[in-house]
Amino acid sequence: MKQLFPFIRKEFYHVLRDRRVLLMLFALPIVQVLLFGFALSTEIKNTKVAIFDQDKSIISAQLVSKIHENQYFDIEKNLTFNKDFENAFKDGKTKLLLVIPSDFSENLTQEKKAKLQILIDGTDVNLGNQIANYFQNIVLDFYQNQQKETMQTFSVSPEIKMLYNPQLKGAPNFVPGVIALVLLIVCVMMTAIAIVKEKETGTMEILLVSPIKPQFIIISKAIPYFILAMGILGVILLLSYFLLDLPIKGSIILLFFVSTIFIITNLLIGILISIFSKTQQQAMLFSMMGTMLPTLMLSGFMFPIENMPIPLQVMSNIIPAKWYYIMIKNIMIKGTGLAVIWKSLLILIGMMMVLFTIAVKKFKIRLE
Amino acid sequence: MKQLLFLLRKEFRQIFRNKSILAIIFVAPMMQLIILPLAASYEIKNINLSVVDHDHSSFSRELIQKITASNYFKLQYYGEDYQKAFETIESEKSDIILEIPPKFEQNLVRENQQKVLVAINAINGTKAGLGGSYLAQILQDYNQNIQTKLSPQLLEFQKNAGLEVNATLWFNRFYNYRLALVPGILAFLVTLVGGMLSALNIVSEKEIGTIEQINVSPIKKSTFILGKLIPFWILANVAFTMGLLVSRFVYGIEIYGSLPLLYFFVGVYLLAILGFGLLISTYSETQQQAMFTIFFFMMIFIMMSGLYTPIESMPEWSQKLTLLNPLTYLIEVIRLIMLKNSGFKDLIPQFVSILGMAVFFNSWAVWNYRKTS
Repeated sequence: MKQLFPFIRKEFYHVLRDRRVLLMLFALPIVQVLLFGFALSTEIKNTKVAIFDQDKSIISAQLVSKIHENQYFDIEKNLTFNKDFENAFKDGKTKLLLVIPSDFSENLTQEKKAKLQILIDGTDVNLGNQIANYFQNIVLDFYQNQQKETMQTFSVSPEIKMLYNPQLKGAPNFVPGVIALVLLIVCVMMTAIAIVKEKETGTMEILLVSPIKPQFIIISKAIPYFILAMGILGVILLLSYFLLDLPIKGSIILLFFVSTIFIITNLLIGILISIFSKTQQQAMLFSMMGTMLPTLMLSGFMFPIENMPIPLQVMSNIIPAKWYYIMIKNIMIKGTGLAVIWKSLLILIGMMMVLFTIAVKKFKIRLE
Repeated sequence: MKQLLFLLRKEFRQIFRNKSILAIIFVAPMMQLIILPLAASYEIKNINLSVVDHDHSSFSRELIQKITASNYFKLQYYGEDYQKAFETIESEKSDIILEIPPKFEQNLVRENQQKVLVAINAINGTKAGLGGSYLAQILQDYNQNIQTKLSPQLLEFQKNAGLEVNATLWFNRFYNYRLALVPGILAFLVTLVGGMLSALNIVSEKEIGTIEQINVSPIKKSTFILGKLIPFWILANVAFTMGLLVSRFVYGIEIYGSLPLLYFFVGVYLLAILGFGLLISTYSETQQQAMFTIFFFMMIFIMMSGLYTPIESMPEWSQKLTLLNPLTYLIEVIRLIMLKNSGFKDLIPQFVSILGMAVFFNSWAVWNYRKTS
């Protein structure tokens, strides 16, 4: 045990010496948290609208000003010719084009019946549908105001309550995701590269002939990254608490316990990758393709897992970050505890054990 | 010129010898392009729903039936206990609770107006917005139904009055959900391949020490940089072509615009992103540094690119920041050319920005690369 400490200290020096990498490791989550908190939002607003008003009446002007007042839509241009119309979407900014036919006001006042046409940039179907929905609501509102003598209608309207995230901010979804991602980068990529670097430069041989057991060499390599990961986790939590107003609703102790398991799992993955790679480039590549990309795509924090095709849903189960993400989202945002997350926790602990067994076995083979 | 040719031959040999570089170029992007669009679908389907029905009337049953018949909602819980329904949300078994108040039918007939409570798990805003708006659409349909039932004469009147809005989606006749995403991923792929390879390259020569040999040779700085740039430019173009083929034959996305124009833009863009990679390379001492630096910027580029969250929804300051993001321009350009057949004239602002970045990054990289360091 006494021999271990100098080794750990040496590894710490290694980690702390490369200021630029350290800076990047802390800057990455900070910038991400800030962006998700203040810049990125999935809420649809400021949608650019083009209007082709062939009617040019008082009523059509009222409709236009109603759209103008709405915060969801910005009137970007008024078209005057048919041929503008075809090119309206080609600048990529305009998302919706409203066509008011020339008999619009006449029809509306005399026959109480009129037609409007909206053309929507359909390249993003979901966005297009949502925009169309909002727009139709404005038009409906406009019509009801026009018809002063309100007609008797039967209607059931939804009263929508957004649970956990009433303002539909991006942060409650992404902060847990950023945490999972950053812990992954630090523990898998950094650890794998650090160990392989010693192989590549030949210093590993020197370590192996030292009187300390090879397992301890690896452990002493992993410990600084463990502490670094915890530090980064703390920084993200503080930022999200003080800047994003996103308090941890559940138990902090449980959060740190769960994170410890996740960090150890990732360190083990990093160590395994280092066992199989010969060069730093290979280690990076394995970490990226084996862990980063699948985690980004399949952990559920970018895209909902239920919407994926079945094979991908099945695949997502072997990704540790998926389970960690579920747990951390529950503890942080929903404020639930063990009663809800115990299954995910058991799965993650199971993964950790399996990886540990493999790492121990493989490591022995390499040394013989 | 002759020196350049020798350099190029050397670089290509090195690249083809190194299996991990080839994997970065071909395997990672293809994996992304094939899996991501499948994973990244917000198609409205399989929304799990819990219903709390305090009314148990024929009206409430009809409403529930209408919702479940839509095939978009799967009923996970039906009962009278809101708390139980809420638990299904807590454990992620359902996404939306619909609560029908007591005396729903009675009040609806008497007062014409009724509200139902819809509680949505909104941690993921996009999903919540879609689920909510879809449920609202079904409710509108339902309103028409009760209209018919309760007062046929009113319906007759309404048929002959009203403001009708016809919505047409352009550029996407087949309602292909992947149309928006795939061109974006193509752009990211080109950026990843170009940026990462060039960033790692010079620095790995530094780390191994071979750069010293080049420094003592009579090769000019600009020739050396060109020798590094050209192979990656070619490889990234190959990766882009493969990506185009995948998007055509796997996702059925046709290219409406001009193919030469598309390659022209990607070509210029690659100069910019390769220059950026080289710049990082000249500033880094180890591969690890280069790797994390490029990684840092890639993350920001992709987040700020408008691929996953609309740029229009950002606050003004960050909308301005996206003007500095090369990826934003490329995503826009690829979408516009591929899907909307925009011509060069429509794309001049993007072209000027990308060209400006290319000149800026490369000059900086050449200037910062010192043979004697």
